Amino acid sequence: MINIYQVAFKNLLRKKTRSALTIVGIALSAWVLVSLFGFNNGYEHSLNRDIDNLGYQMIVTAKGCPYEAATLMLKGGTGLRYLKENLTNEIIKNREVEKITPMLMQVVLDPNKGESGGLAAFLGVDPATYPAMKSFLKFQEGGWFKPDSQKEVVLGYEAAELEQREVGDIYLIPEKNIELKVTGILKRTGTQDDGTIFVPIKTLQQAFGKTGQVTGIGIKVSKDADIARFEDKMYNLPDVQVVSLIQVKQTILNLVGTAKVMVLSIAIIAIVIALLGVINTVLMSVLERYQEIGILKSIGAMPLDIFRMVWTETLILCGIGSLVGIVLALLLAQISDLMIRRIIPYAPSGVLVQVDLSLMMFTLLVMVLIGLLGGIYPAWRAANIRPLEAIRAEGE
Amino acid sequence: MAIIKVKELTRNYQRGAETVRAVNNVSLEVETSDFLVIHGASGSGKSTLLNLLGCLDNPDGGEITVSGREIFKPGMKLSEGTLTKIRRENFGYIFQKFYLIPTLTVFENIVLPGVFYCKDCKEKVLARANQLLAELGIDKRRDHLPGEISGGEMQRVGIARALVNNPAILLADEPTGNLDSKRANEIGEILTKLNRENKKTIIMVTHNQDLAKLASRKIELSDGQIIFPPCPGQSKIVHNQSTFL
Repeated sequence: MINIYQVAFKNLLRKKTRSALTIVGIALSAWVLVSLFGFNNGYEHSLNRDIDNLGYQMIVTAKGCPYEAATLMLKGGTGLRYLKENLTNEIIKNREVEKITPMLMQVVLDPNKGESGGLAAFLGVDPATYPAMKSFLKFQEGGWFKPDSQKEVVLGYEAAELEQREVGDIYLIPEKNIELKVTGILKRTGTQDDGTIFVPIKTLQQAFGKTGQVTGIGIKVSKDADIARFEDKMYNLPDVQVVSLIQVKQTILNLVGTAKVMVLSIAIIAIVIALLGVINTVLMSVLERYQEIGILKSIGAMPLDIFRMVWTETLILCGIGSLVGIVLALLLAQISDLMIRRIIPYAPSGVLVQVDLSLMMFTLLVMVLIGLLGGIYPAWRAANIRPLEAIRAEGE
Repeated sequence: MAIIKVKELTRNYQRGAETVRAVNNVSLEVETSDFLVIHGASGSGKSTLLNLLGCLDNPDGGEITVSGREIFKPGMKLSEGTLTKIRRENFGYIFQKFYLIPTLTVFENIVLPGVFYCKDCKEKVLARANQLLAELGIDKRRDHLPGEISGGEMQRVGIARALVNNPAILLADEPTGNLDSKRANEIGEILTKLNRENKKTIIMVTHNQDLAKLASRKIELSDGQIIFPPCPGQSKIVHNQSTFL
């Protein structure tokens, strides 16, 4: 025998276009909601992964020293300040330090680059510690230089493209006339490593007359360390500045927070519109069936039966709409990803919109609850229709 | 035995500033298995009276008793829920415009009262619905939608729906108002059979004289008062149809 839920479902089939449009409205809201929460999950996850991929969470540099390749390029390779390399031995004594690697950055004008020359960024790294710290770096060709190597070089993906070098080729450091053999070319990383030329630190120190000097010391902090406390401790060292990627991460998250608020506002507006759409659809349907609902009451339906029937209609609309929206979100996750990348100030590599089962269930629950809330008024109106009013409308 | 008793029943409506007395001091007894026709000009109050008798409306004054239970009396007002229970236990309603649910099949429309009322007797409702389909000659239309059947068949579905809970009293408001004379006669025959063979009490409002002739009793209303059979102040039961038809 037919039940009240089947009656409710069949009621929605009367105005198929209207029901379909309402479902589309709910689906779009669910899509926005899933994408937003997916972004919340995905962004932080990807950012953490990017920071982990840097290999170190903290860099110690000399006070006022630019520590990033992009900044160096903007400054035309000037403004570098140096630390004593033996500071590394002092820092490693701290129990918070898991790994440590000294780095020397140098930028020179390469007259052969482009039509009027360009800057080449070199990073002197310790063959014994740097590759271990950046183990995630993958090679397109070749590998790292040997630990005791002096005359070898590893090129970032874009640096190799620009220099048109392959493994086994010779690379000449501009102005220094030092020949290095290319031992490896990195895969594209989407980071500044792509444009960097990695050279053994001793070679770079000798080439630029910076023996015993470094521009930065990368530190990987142990997992249980109190980073803030360790940072304070580092500031006790003379003439150093500490760049903590935890701070960088926080700054980026704050910047992204603004974009998140904007997206959340859009999501709330979309949800409110969907909610009003549901109320409108179900209320219209109730008013159109005014006489019919009165007749149902005259043939034995209690007010609660009618309330349940109309509420079920809302539940069906919201349930189907939410499921469609969730499927949409899954199918269009990449498009959402691209759209979000255009809005936010900094996007880490990897998946920005991460949709998982718990998020899908959460969205379904939220949308259904919102729908049920929106269905209360139409259901209440329907439950309170007096059978006599419907029958009198038939005329005497 | 009177299945419905009404005493000095009054119902007023407000029409702008004017108060209209739609039912004016009507007293009436309907016996079990009566076939009562309420007759009168438009606006005479016949549908209002039918609605009061069927517990679809509250009177402003007077008393109503259905199957021995007091429904209305001065100072007493039952809740909508209680009235619904009384309606579904005692009455079946037949409407002029049928009011079938267009998205449900003929069979689903017939069992609809059982969806709300007889939740624990599914088998009984299904069996009764099948029996009614056969008795009313619409079993071949079982899986059709209302839009796919004729007006006469729609009214048969309406009658089957009214009977599925096996009520003692059938209330019909212009049941043939939307039908041609041939279909109207067929509906009249069905109602007569229900009254004579199934002992259903039928109270019907109709303008159709042919249909009215099938009734065992008739009352005529004018301005909310019973004017036939003539009796000073009160209505009077007329047992012999030949005296007024």
